[in-house]
Amino acid sequence: MSADSNQDNVVRLHPGTGRNKSRIHTRGRQINLDSLTELRELIGDKPIQRDMLIEYLHLIQDNYGYLSAAHLAALAHEMNIPMAEVYECASFYAHFDIVKEGELPPVAVTVRVCDSLSCQLAGAEQLKAALEAGTDPSAVRILSAPCMGRCDTAPVAEVGHHHVDNADAGKILATIEAKHFHPDIPDYLGYDAYVADGGYDLLRKCLAGDYSWKDIQKVLADANLKGLGGAGFPTHMKWKFVRQEPKPRYLAINGDEGEPGTFKDRIYLESDPHRFIEGALISAWAVEAEAAYIYLRDEYPAAREILTAEIAKVEAAGLAPAGGIHLRRGAGAYICGEESAMIESLEGKPGMPRHRPPFVAQVGLFNRPTLVNNIETVFWIRTLMDKGADWFSSQGRNGSQGLRSFSVSGRVKNPGVKLAPAGITMQELMDEYCGGMADGHSFKGYLPGGASGGILPAGMADIPLDFGTLQPYGCFIGSAAVVVLSDQDNMRDVVVNLLKFFEDESCGQCTPCRVGTEKMVKLLQRPDWDKALLAQLSQTMCDASICGLGQAASNPITTLFKHFDADLIATDLSASAKPVPSVGDRT
Amino acid sequence: MSQDIINFKLDGESVTAKKGETIWQVAKRLGETIPHLCYTPEPGYRADGNCRACMVEIEGERVLAASCLRSPSEGMVVTSATSDRAQSSRKMVLELLVTDQPEREQSPDKSSHFWAMADLLAVDATVARFDTTVKPCADNSSVAMRVNLQACINCNLCVRACREVQVNDVIGMANRGADAKVVFDFDDPMGDSTCVNCGECVQACPTGALMPASVTSEEGVGDSADYDRKVDSVCQYCGVGCQLTYHVKDERIVYVEGRDGPANQNRLCVKGRFGSDYIHHGDRLTTPLIRLAGAKKGIHADFDPAKPLTHFREASWEEALDFAANGFIKIRDTQGKKFLAGFGSAKGSNEEAYLFQKLVRTGFGSNNVDHCTRLCHASSVMALLEGLGSGAVSASFMQAKNADVVVIAGSNPTNNHPVAATFFKQAAKNGTKIIVLDPRGLAMKKYASHMIQFTPGSDVSFWNAIMNVIVTEELYNQDYIDSMTTGFDVVKEHVKRYTPEAMSPICGVDAELIREVARLYATADNAMIFWGMGVSQHVHGTDNCRAMISVALMTGQIGREGTGLHPLRGQNNVQGASDAGLIPMMYPDYKRVNVGSVKAMFEDLWGTELSDEPGLTVVETMNAIHDGTVTGMYVEGENPARSYPDLHHARAALAMLQHLVVQDLYVTETAMYADVILPASAWPEKDGTASNTNRTVQMGRQAVKPPGDARQDWWIIQEIAKRMGLDWNYSHPKDVFAEMKLAMPSLNNLTWERLEKEHSVTYPCPAPDHSGNDIVFIDSFPIEGGRGKFVAVDIVEPDERPDDEYPVILTTGRQLEHWHTGSMTRRAPVLDALEPSAVATLNSAELAKVGAKAGDMIRVTTRRGSIELLAREDSAVPLGMVFIPFCYVEASANMLTNAALDPVGKIPEFKFCASRVERVS
Repeated sequence: MSADSNQDNVVRLHPGTGRNKSRIHTRGRQINLDSLTELRELIGDKPIQRDMLIEYLHLIQDNYGYLSAAHLAALAHEMNIPMAEVYECASFYAHFDIVKEGELPPVAVTVRVCDSLSCQLAGAEQLKAALEAGTDPSAVRILSAPCMGRCDTAPVAEVGHHHVDNADAGKILATIEAKHFHPDIPDYLGYDAYVADGGYDLLRKCLAGDYSWKDIQKVLADANLKGLGGAGFPTHMKWKFVRQEPKPRYLAINGDEGEPGTFKDRIYLESDPHRFIEGALISAWAVEAEAAYIYLRDEYPAAREILTAEIAKVEAAGLAPAGGIHLRRGAGAYICGEESAMIESLEGKPGMPRHRPPFVAQVGLFNRPTLVNNIETVFWIRTLMDKGADWFSSQGRNGSQGLRSFSVSGRVKNPGVKLAPAGITMQELMDEYCGGMADGHSFKGYLPGGASGGILPAGMADIPLDFGTLQPYGCFIGSAAVVVLSDQDNMRDVVVNLLKFFEDESCGQCTPCRVGTEKMVKLLQRPDWDKALLAQLSQTMCDASICGLGQAASNPITTLFKHFDADLIATDLSASAKPVPSVGDRT
Repeated sequence: MSQDIINFKLDGESVTAKKGETIWQVAKRLGETIPHLCYTPEPGYRADGNCRACMVEIEGERVLAASCLRSPSEGMVVTSATSDRAQSSRKMVLELLVTDQPEREQSPDKSSHFWAMADLLAVDATVARFDTTVKPCADNSSVAMRVNLQACINCNLCVRACREVQVNDVIGMANRGADAKVVFDFDDPMGDSTCVNCGECVQACPTGALMPASVTSEEGVGDSADYDRKVDSVCQYCGVGCQLTYHVKDERIVYVEGRDGPANQNRLCVKGRFGSDYIHHGDRLTTPLIRLAGAKKGIHADFDPAKPLTHFREASWEEALDFAANGFIKIRDTQGKKFLAGFGSAKGSNEEAYLFQKLVRTGFGSNNVDHCTRLCHASSVMALLEGLGSGAVSASFMQAKNADVVVIAGSNPTNNHPVAATFFKQAAKNGTKIIVLDPRGLAMKKYASHMIQFTPGSDVSFWNAIMNVIVTEELYNQDYIDSMTTGFDVVKEHVKRYTPEAMSPICGVDAELIREVARLYATADNAMIFWGMGVSQHVHGTDNCRAMISVALMTGQIGREGTGLHPLRGQNNVQGASDAGLIPMMYPDYKRVNVGSVKAMFEDLWGTELSDEPGLTVVETMNAIHDGTVTGMYVEGENPARSYPDLHHARAALAMLQHLVVQDLYVTETAMYADVILPASAWPEKDGTASNTNRTVQMGRQAVKPPGDARQDWWIIQEIAKRMGLDWNYSHPKDVFAEMKLAMPSLNNLTWERLEKEHSVTYPCPAPDHSGNDIVFIDSFPIEGGRGKFVAVDIVEPDERPDDEYPVILTTGRQLEHWHTGSMTRRAPVLDALEPSAVATLNSAELAKVGAKAGDMIRVTTRRGSIELLAREDSAVPLGMVFIPFCYVEASANMLTNAALDPVGKIPEFKFCASRVERVS
């Protein structure tokens, strides 16, 4: 080396300030090789596909009890997707617990107490308080959670993945003690019994060409079968629209039964799953779908176990191509019941509803034409073919056709799923199917269509309950979830409960819903209500929200003002001038 | 035609929409600005329709519709200004959002688009009807930007900016409902995230929730309108040529925004957006300096470049220019014309480059003029000139979006051409298959269909194997070969022995993978090759390029949309400086100096006799100094004491010069050897044009005055020329441009006035009202006979292979934040804070071999020298390799590099030499 260069090694001058330290790794969070190895073991030979993200998050959550940042980073690396995409998905769904570096993982046992309206009426707040008092927070965490689809047995709580019906603190503590964290599988009609009863004959005939899709479609049209998830769109027309679009097409079954008060789909899945599977496969056949996706809410672990087992039998029997039915698991998000949000979720993304147009029949799953049907809708297909369109359409009252599966809960004597004529009135439904009001309660009002279908007073119990019949009153039947209120129920508490539900479940995409629901809850919690402002806000939410959630979220308020006696409201307001917050903040 | 026009009613008026036009766009065209927050009409942003501020009423629809998303259909009846429902919704949306905003005067940007929209809707922020909610606190972890989510309206524009426009994939919208929030990676502080600080989000943000740190206080209060003037110009850094706007206050650049230029569509990178304030650094030279008699030259402990008066004295311009010119005259007249040489700059304007080479050729009297292109793409240019007759790109990088297959060879565009990389990444998202060829697993890997990490220095074996497959499987395009090329048969025969099986052990790529890539490229409807210095900076750099040219020619993947050959140029004006003749063997427009008719033309134009002897290239010049055959030099805006290979040799040469004139912004390492230093102007301080990698000539405009008595470079060159007896009387760069047009047919149909007005025009340009040809070589090549020429190449090994003593391959290059030798960027506070000191990047396993780990100091030694620097772990660097960026003076990579030259391009082998890595105890 020259003398000059020796001096170079002495001179350390450089034009930078030298104030900061250089990074010793590449930018951002590093991949932990141990976590990557653990993740790869979990995933095994399952495919690395973008749409599997939520499934893989479940794998990690189920296995470790939470999602560590290290596992999430490894997952982003393994799937070659941005860390932000993993995080926004993991943080969107309520059933994932993200644990970042330096944070404590959740304790071993999680109890979720349902705080939706029917359970609140049945004392969910007191139940949660009792559990919090009776458990050790270092061993058990108590969370509030939205409707678990068991409203006829309110109050309800979920310990691990085990649901406790008609819950009280003692029952729950005993469940924890017994480490009973897995779902109980109810008795249901299994594959052999279903087949023995003529099950899958119809599907076989369809596959064999004995029926054309139009033959089936005609029966559905004659029976006037409508979408029973809540929208009531004629099923045969959906078939037609999807078939008009080019292949490949998909079938997506909406099993995200999240509308508070609704539990019919769960009852059908847990009692006669093959009637549903056959209907789904016939629908897939009818639109010549590439594959069938079933999106089942995570609150239904028993149904998931049943479907997993039974779909395998169906595939083994050659009734569906192996791997042609994709059972996908939600992760705690009401919005995924909205069909385009469900499709986003099926694609492994946060459940943000899409704009229409285009409609999912044109641009749906993986941007392909998609037939989206509710579980109950396809559940009816075999029955309609067996019994005939006339049998179905001849049922109904007050000018309506068909049967509806009413999920009835609240202050009636005998709650449950009531298969009753479409068009039946509230009063008839209560008297003929529910044994009247519960003892000690007098009828004050009712929700004809879950949290979003509005509220009607007892004096308006003579309106036929069906698609369209409630529209003049600012209400709708939706998924036919009927919640009955009594004189013991404060209307402020009711609407705050409903609006808090929408606030919690708003996807956050659009301003009227994201900010509107949040501001509306605060307005409703004020001692006095600014009716004019509530009305203005309601109008904007209704007019300008992207999807049905925001558009309908203010229905409880607008219908309350519209139909209930002002004095009654005033009485309830003053009775709860310091409103008790609903059960609490969810995580 | 009729179905392309949609008739509908807007507020009672019958209006028409073009197909695809939205209601918002129609209203805008007709003069109504419908309020908008989450929608921006700027290029690259799809409408998202989430803010609901732009709702309109459509007859027959139950709910309102977002006008930014909805296209009208025939006969639709839309009401906007006349719909009470729509107006009421818009206002309510703004009122809801205003509720949670900081007070306007305390907000991050009181002049934001958001407040303008609130004003438009007459929403009074001071009348609160709703309860407010406090949102997450400010995040000041980034040195470049401030995050204040209290002002965030969840409009999602930053997510689209980061994910869809720049495709940096850092920002997400996490959680849901009222808890939804903008996050970086896993809700990490911005400064700790994978953010590359491009600032696209800042430019997109309508509220100021994301703001440049330079115009917002740490408390989150700021004002984007707090500037005196805006100046539209073009970026000073890389060859992409992003158009931008400087915002100037009190004669300082306070912030920079991207403009809708043809190469950037508003986008910028961290350097372009946050790296301009180096011009305000206290180290700037403001007075000419003359070396004190007897003061020691060079880089040594007694000399602090920030305090040059220990070794220099201040001088008047008159004295300094006389001193500079007289030194040249003395050498020219006593020793001979060839004893002088000049290095011009690819960082200056076309006009400056032209003047500089003209000074050397007509004032010094030789062709000893060169510039840094010799160190970057000389081999590419030589191969392209030889094969196609032009050294410029055949198609702009924008053509990547029309390509089915894009090959990126030896180029790290996310660091070195970040905005071009955004278009590649977008193409990949759109289905274009990206094949990345590089020994390092570059960031582009995430978007690549194929990441081929081949053995360093084995390019020719790989490409010959590719050609072997194309020939063997008859994937070549015989029609194209017949009509457009010459010499295919020789190459066809030549590549037969280079089978994938034979080449696989050499290049380290599986034979089947070679076949797959060959088939993909050859059978693609449209395929394009980009390359960078990983290809060119080898002793076989010209051969590497020849091979790629042959591959393109035999498959006909050139001369159409989505096809072509594109060496990504490094400097902002390396294309223009080369075009303007800063090349020792060529006059402007690549006219050979030793062709009689050409020389006569230039002698006529310049009114003087010229030398027909090709001059010395940069490394040859250094050797000539050692040989005593060059004794005087003029270095304008170059830093050979840092950028040249084997710096001991280069610096020793500079020290030997009898007369060295350095013209620069700072006392660079080269200026430490100078006899006189002339304080020059930075890019934002000058008017002038620059030509980017796409052959687009763009107008740079002066934003601020040079500091102190620093002067315009063109003026300084002219003053020296005058003193050397040249009769120059340019009064402005536009005079120079006018003369350049006489010498350069490539500038036909370009005029200064056009560039003033249109900001940019691409050459060749067929007409005065044409924006220029994005694609060239459509039906012939600008070469004798018009046919592309195949050149067969053999394998040449790197000059210095690893051995037991020096087992690790050293490769050098750049970092995202720093430009070249760092003389500018290390003085830019944001860039300095992001990359503050010298690092070497290695695989953790390579570090482990020498008992080191990330964060340790390591020593890297080659046969030429040794440096110590921090080890940064990066799994992208393969085993057996160390990567060192050459921007750090405290650990100059070029102390280590090998000066062995490519025989044709005379480019040094910066990308390969043998080294030893040790842990510093």
